[in-house]
Amino acid sequence: MLKLEKRRQPSQVWAYLAPVVAVVATMVVGGLLFAFLGKDPLLAIRTIFWDPLFGEFAFYYRPQMLVKGAPLVLIAIGLSLGFRAGIWNIGAEGQYIMGAIAGAGVALAFYPLEAWWLFPLMVICGAIGGLLWAMIPAALRVIFGTNEILVSLMLVYVAEQFLASVSLGLLKNPEGYGFPGSRNLQQYPSAHNAELITGSGMHWGVVAALIAVIMAYILLNRHLLGFQIRLTGEAPRAARFAGVKPKQLVLLCMGLAGALAGMAGLFEVAGPSGRISIDFNAGYGFTAIIVAFLGRLHPVGILLAGLLMALTYIGGEIAQSSMGLSSSAIQVFQGMLLFFLLMVDVLTNYRLKLAKADAA
Amino acid sequence: MKKRTFLKGAAAAVALPLAMTGPAFAQEKTKVGFIYVGPINDGGWTQHHHESALKMVEEIGEDKVELVYQESVPEGPDAERAMTQMALGGAKIIFTTSFGYMDPTINVAAKFPDVKFEHATGYKTADNVSAYSARFYEGRAVMGTIAGHMTKSNVLGYIASVPIPEVVRGINSAYIHAKKVNPDVEMKIIWLYTWMDPAKEADAARTLIEQGADVIFQHTDSTAPLAAAQDAGNVIGFGQAGDMSEYAPSPRVSSIIDNWAPYYVSRVEAAMDGTWESHNVWEGIGDGMVGIGEISDAVPAEVKAEAEAMRDAIAAGEYHPFTGPLKKQDGSDWLAEGEVADDGTLAGMNFYVEGLTGEIPQ
Repeated sequence: MLKLEKRRQPSQVWAYLAPVVAVVATMVVGGLLFAFLGKDPLLAIRTIFWDPLFGEFAFYYRPQMLVKGAPLVLIAIGLSLGFRAGIWNIGAEGQYIMGAIAGAGVALAFYPLEAWWLFPLMVICGAIGGLLWAMIPAALRVIFGTNEILVSLMLVYVAEQFLASVSLGLLKNPEGYGFPGSRNLQQYPSAHNAELITGSGMHWGVVAALIAVIMAYILLNRHLLGFQIRLTGEAPRAARFAGVKPKQLVLLCMGLAGALAGMAGLFEVAGPSGRISIDFNAGYGFTAIIVAFLGRLHPVGILLAGLLMALTYIGGEIAQSSMGLSSSAIQVFQGMLLFFLLMVDVLTNYRLKLAKADAA
Repeated sequence: MKKRTFLKGAAAAVALPLAMTGPAFAQEKTKVGFIYVGPINDGGWTQHHHESALKMVEEIGEDKVELVYQESVPEGPDAERAMTQMALGGAKIIFTTSFGYMDPTINVAAKFPDVKFEHATGYKTADNVSAYSARFYEGRAVMGTIAGHMTKSNVLGYIASVPIPEVVRGINSAYIHAKKVNPDVEMKIIWLYTWMDPAKEADAARTLIEQGADVIFQHTDSTAPLAAAQDAGNVIGFGQAGDMSEYAPSPRVSSIIDNWAPYYVSRVEAAMDGTWESHNVWEGIGDGMVGIGEISDAVPAEVKAEAEAMRDAIAAGEYHPFTGPLKKQDGSDWLAEGEVADDGTLAGMNFYVEGLTGEIPQ
């Protein structure tokens, strides 16, 4: 009989190995799934993981990985700080929407003025939009002790309704023949978050994501605040003795996560997406939660996890159109990644032991 | 590092298949791409596009065309990538089948001048981008006539999707024709801001039924409203996009069927023989793009005859669903006696006709 025995210390080896094992397990079981669907499993896995990077059209897909990965990394970095301290902000999707609305709103208010300061102002307003939205669950938790998981999640749906409302009213394109959705910011040079080098996929959101990774790394390893965040997550009582003020930490972590999610929304609406529309949000805020955990809540890990997640999205799309795999099969495949990660994670805290069979 | 612009890369990609066109590849199949907004088994909008696409392949011949498609593509940058991917993969003509794909289609088309694009239900075109849509409001006129006769509570429910002119036209057309045969009808409208969400659609249908509606119109794509009508009993509805005949003879008493296959066949053939040209078309019952599903026995014979007469009159061009005298909701004049609405006004319709209550969300 196999038995799980709790480790005294979480295993360092398994903590790093778990994501790798999870990816391999996903490939194997996903391959089986594809085989059952009557597709060549090796070809499918190759299409998803290899073709976007080294296939015939990699020149197009590699930049697209940055476009798809940047918002994931940016949001996940913010979330990871809170997650480490046991502060569960599940509503990044809503903060992402509100950031986009705030930032795009500023741009549209100044339309058609051309000025160098417009884009920086949009970024700031995007961050503030996300920050304020995150402050609602944060303040409710600090003042009334409400559960931030529920409040932040419910506010996503409020934000979606607000998005629909501004798409149809306040921010609607006056030259859009009555159709919902704002003007396209891609056609407004001062507001356009264009590629910095044509064809590279590098826009300001990618730059911001890289900066966020570096800053988070420094914060967690070299700064007192980072120490306090880690301590609160690992030993809440000890943290209080060490002078951590839990309420301030909640406000700070939620605020940072909200601001980064808001910025991600702004970079998206001003760049790849171009316009505020009813279904502008595409689930980045929720996927970022997977990215944060897949990356072990570690900045560098999150960067890699974000790129991996982007890879499965893009590869999954290629597999859909070139192999006729259904989109649900691809989604199951992506879901497996988190599932196996959580499963393998058990091995970080427990060890498998062969239990001696008791005399029957 | 060598700087590589996107256009150069794209040009290389386009040039590549050309270079390969030796004698051995002369019989290469034409790749036709489809981008879908929902899953291909949604029972409505997307399923009908897909079935029409399959019909197109069958008709032209599997040895001549190859179908590639991607389902459940979000409207935005993801759609742009999906289209680019198809164009890079060698698709010669790409159909993008939802309103929200309009800007992405225009963007991608600019990068692939040799690929033809066909965008459904939009208004932007380019040298290699056509727009096509169906006059669904013609079908709504027939449904409205049936509804006006069939309702006992005189309350009609309408599950509206996204407040764009296409949907507003449908509401107006259904209401005008219900009112014409039954001056006492009122219409309750619920906006869902989505084309397909079975849970929300079922909720909306139940709410409307609770408010007294015994006829449910839907401009959303799933069969959930019909299922809700069936549960409630004594409530009828109409198939949307597909025939939804599994709910016949009641609650589904008839349906508006999108029939894209003939259009797809003609456009793909045009792309193959080089006669493809950009256009903006809007076809109705007469052209066969809008079909009226079999009117079931739950409808009395004289009502059925009246509805079919209207269908035939519209098809023959003898009757236009928006014929004056008609007033706008605010009481101002819109069409004088005998005057017919022009396509420009219809294309941008953003007002209710007189008698409808509530406001179009904005």
